[in-house]
Amino acid sequence: MTGFTGFALRRAVGAIVTLLAISVIVYVVFYATPGNVAQITCGPRCSPEQVHQVAQQLKLDDPLYLRYWHFLQGVVVGQDYSTGTSVEHCSAPCLGLSYQSDQQVMQIIVGKLPVSLSLVLGAMVLWLLLGVGTGVLSAWRRGRLSERALTGVTLAGVATPSFVIGLVLMIVVCGQLELLPFPEYVPLSDDPEQWMWNLLLPWLTLALGEAAYFARLTRASMLETLAEDHIRTFRAYGVGERSIVGRHALRGALAPIIALNANDVGATVGGAVLTETLFGLPGIGQELVHAVNVVDLPVVVGMVLVIGFFVVLANAVADVLYAVADRRVVLT
Amino acid sequence: MSLVQVTDLTVEFGDLRAVDGLSFTLAHGAALALVGESGSGKSTVASALLGLHRGTGARVGGTVEVAGVDVRTAPDEELRRLRGAKAAMVFQDPLSSLDPYYAIGDQIAEVYRVHTRVSRRAARARAVEVLDRVGIPDARRRSRSRPHEFSGGMRQRALIAMALSCEPDLLIADEPTTALDVTVQAQILDLLHTLREETGMGLLLVTHDVGVAAESVDEVLVMRHGRVVEHGPVADVLGAPAETYTRKLLAAVPRVDAPRAEFPAREVRGGASPEGRTQAGPDVPSSTEDVVLEAVGLRREFGRGKRAFTAVDDVSLTVRRGETLGIVGESGSGKTTLGRMLVGLLEPTAGEVRDDGHARVGVNPAVQMVFQDPVSSLNPRRSVGESIADPLRARGERDEVRIRGRVTELLERVGLEGAHYDRYPHEFSGGQRQRVGIARALAADPRVIVCDEPVSALDVTTQAQVVALLAELQRELGLALVFVAHDLAVVRQVSDRVAVMRQGRIVESGAADEVYDDPQDPYTKQLLAAVPALDPEVAARRRAARRELAAA
Repeated sequence: MTGFTGFALRRAVGAIVTLLAISVIVYVVFYATPGNVAQITCGPRCSPEQVHQVAQQLKLDDPLYLRYWHFLQGVVVGQDYSTGTSVEHCSAPCLGLSYQSDQQVMQIIVGKLPVSLSLVLGAMVLWLLLGVGTGVLSAWRRGRLSERALTGVTLAGVATPSFVIGLVLMIVVCGQLELLPFPEYVPLSDDPEQWMWNLLLPWLTLALGEAAYFARLTRASMLETLAEDHIRTFRAYGVGERSIVGRHALRGALAPIIALNANDVGATVGGAVLTETLFGLPGIGQELVHAVNVVDLPVVVGMVLVIGFFVVLANAVADVLYAVADRRVVLT
Repeated sequence: MSLVQVTDLTVEFGDLRAVDGLSFTLAHGAALALVGESGSGKSTVASALLGLHRGTGARVGGTVEVAGVDVRTAPDEELRRLRGAKAAMVFQDPLSSLDPYYAIGDQIAEVYRVHTRVSRRAARARAVEVLDRVGIPDARRRSRSRPHEFSGGMRQRALIAMALSCEPDLLIADEPTTALDVTVQAQILDLLHTLREETGMGLLLVTHDVGVAAESVDEVLVMRHGRVVEHGPVADVLGAPAETYTRKLLAAVPRVDAPRAEFPAREVRGGASPEGRTQAGPDVPSSTEDVVLEAVGLRREFGRGKRAFTAVDDVSLTVRRGETLGIVGESGSGKTTLGRMLVGLLEPTAGEVRDDGHARVGVNPAVQMVFQDPVSSLNPRRSVGESIADPLRARGERDEVRIRGRVTELLERVGLEGAHYDRYPHEFSGGQRQRVGIARALAADPRVIVCDEPVSALDVTTQAQVVALLAELQRELGLALVFVAHDLAVVRQVSDRVAVMRQGRIVESGAADEVYDDPQDPYTKQLLAAVPALDPEVAARRRAARRELAAA
């Protein structure tokens, strides 16, 4: 692909700038808000001396821009932290230490990431299959009874909150029918089969709601493509309806699907809190909510940045796919 | 048995009867043109021949038989086998008629495989073969290109190649050259002619352009409101039309080989300016104060660096009071860019525009513009009166009564009614909308109006009316017009002087009659040779001349 290297480079620079902007905003929002971070970190029973000590340890007396600068340094080259007795090295990219557990934020995230990625990528495969499939089917059968039924089902899917779907699934499948055990996360590397069976319900929960959006989008943009002149050409040349819908109309409808998918994948990495909580999956979303609750600012900032990274990454991948799908697109 | 037999065909869309009791036959190997203005139902007939109305809600009556298939009653499968294999269609806009996502060769191969059940590889080879046949250079390599990588003429060739792939008995061409430049149009028409000679296939040509019909067919069927007006051999119908409507239609077609028609009122105009104008040489101002608009060394680039593209390159021209300067050129020649710079919608990269001898600063309301597309150049959510009032309000007029009075006056001036003030653009026909556009331009009391393809979206009879209106306004208000168009005949009919543009430069300019009757530049000659002639005999002679020119 000509100009691809240039595109990748420009895109990488753009991503870094975006992430920097996010980091500044997040840093300012969380660290400049009123409330004594040292007091919160130390706990309600700390004496003023202890609070003061914590504040010194966290370098809370330094001006904000200096602390931000140290934070950036940590991300780029790593940083050393004294934990009172020993010095701990946090290698780049270092997002700091948790106020609560003194664990490195990066390690916390790396520990949670496989869960979230397993959840999101598996669900993505399902929602694309279900959603695009339903969309194609209802564009093909447009106007008939089966299409109306499908439209009704997808509308119900859009309207039902994912935790309701999840709860119902769990009660029916695990509780009453006892087809599956109540889900519990098993790492892929431990046992791929158990990994899959345990994630099946969470995947379905996430995917059913999403699939409804994709079905509606696919149907709409396929109908739009079906109204275009080139479809008329192939009809006038005796090409069958199956090929017209499946080959020509679907191809024309791919671009918006790719765009929506990128957004959703990026957003779901950190946004599947309800599903994670419902099924007891120790993913990023759950950890983020926990960190916010206990005002563990380094963890919050680190997580937001990592989630931002995935959103940017997903969109960059989408841009490339977009250009592959439509050769008229010039990557710039 | 005839190739096509249409008996008492009616097509209705809801309450609208688009085709009303039409009958005709087409013998094997014969060529028939359906000629008519927009809304005459001619394209509907073409679609009906392939049964394309099936499943669309249109009601079709009568019988249509194509290559032995009763299109109206045949089962879907039989109809599918007819389409493409026995009767193939070429559409108007070759860009939107091809799938943008697939290579052109693959699209042709797909169609071929639908009807022949050969291997992918064989179908691909066939695609290359037909692409080569229609004159795509380096067909093997270009068959892998996607439609957007082809020029307009090449796309139309590709579409014709698709039509040829299954060796149909009938080719239906629905306005095949309307989206193309005149030189490319001539190539495509010549190609169709050659293919017909070689393959013996029948041709049904649908066109609004009488000249295109004269070039290509043996028989003409003139349609109006879904009915036949006149039907007969091309020489008879175009040479000695029996019906009033046909005569009117032919009279409205601007002729490229006739000098500008003098409007009667032109002679009564007093003063020195008409004489001054006719006596003055093409680029010698009769007197300097007569020059109302001047361009000096205009240049405009788009894009930067490697992708920089010069749309207009060192163009100088003058426009004098009360005259019409025609600017003619093919698509991409930079004529629209030039027009926009004259009005001030675009800043020139170099050079300057002068009003009355002074370099212009900003936008000058005395130079107004009329746009090509009267649909998209009017805001559909505002009444036409409001649109026309815009220039008045822009000038600071606040008195609603006076605004309304002036707009009413303008509406009447352009041949509409003052009561139309509160109507919306969709309530008007194309010609009326263009009148609204002209009224809006007049609202600013301009001295120059730049018209960018003002009539190219209109039917010939409407076109003639709008051109007449512009001439009348010019005469009464002493307006200078800059008339930008691709249609050589229209430009000749309106212009005192013409400038021929190519690739951003003016290749030839001078008094209209001189340029048209005695073109000096080879490009001008080529352009004029490509204009379809109304007389079939002349058309045949021109075709022979073009062939010689190409062979030489």
